[in-house]
Amino acid sequence: MTVRIQTADFDVSAEIAALRRGRPAIGAVASFIGVVRDVNEGSAVAGMTLEHYPGMTEKAIEEIVSQAQARWSVLDTLVVHRVGRLNPADQIVLVVVASAHRGDAFAACEFIMDYLKTRAPFWKKEETGGGARWVEARESDDIAAGRWRLKG
Amino acid sequence: MAAASDNTPVITVLYFARLREALGTGSERIALPAAVRNVEEVRALLVARGGEWKKALAPGSPVRAAVNQAVAAGDTPVADGDEIAFFPPVTGG
Repeated sequence: MTVRIQTADFDVSAEIAALRRGRPAIGAVASFIGVVRDVNEGSAVAGMTLEHYPGMTEKAIEEIVSQAQARWSVLDTLVVHRVGRLNPADQIVLVVVASAHRGDAFAACEFIMDYLKTRAPFWKKEETGGGARWVEARESDDIAAGRWRLKG
Repeated sequence: MAAASDNTPVITVLYFARLREALGTGSERIALPAAVRNVEEVRALLVARGGEWKKALAPGSPVRAAVNQAVAAGDTPVADGDEIAFFPPVTGG
């Protein structure tokens, strides 16, 4: 498990290559990349600044990845999340899950992302024509995370 | 972190994002009165300052809390040396 919070951009190909190196048991790699859009809630977005809670953010993501590892057969994971100022089309977040078979990789990758959206302490502030505004949490993200709750 | 010389418990309180801006500070140290021993009581102590504090932290406002970097509820205990954080619902990813 690797979790990194950084201001710098990341190279998806290089990250996946590093994760796979020397691991011939890996048969499937699922990845998710989150990107800054140039429009949100009907307003043009010129850029955004991401704030986090150093220490807690890393712990929260590690806990989410641990839960994924307990539920699916996962060989390795990588989460990279950027903070600081970002422009439209910049990469924000990378989640990579390697497993023997695709089902585990797909499911664990989506689970990690859904939980990260609702549990990892990050906050986005957008720059719009009307000034800067803090992004509101979305109910749809809570619903997405809730889908993974274990029944019974 | 050491307690004050009279053994009054002292905590560090952190504020993030919208709360940090509204309150004009990201961090402070607070000596706890005897009646303040959990997260809800810390919040009430801050709300009692009035003004922006009351507006930003009033009951019903969307504020989350953590104690020592773990998600906390209102009844989570708070003790000397603890790090308490208040922040809005998260919006990363």
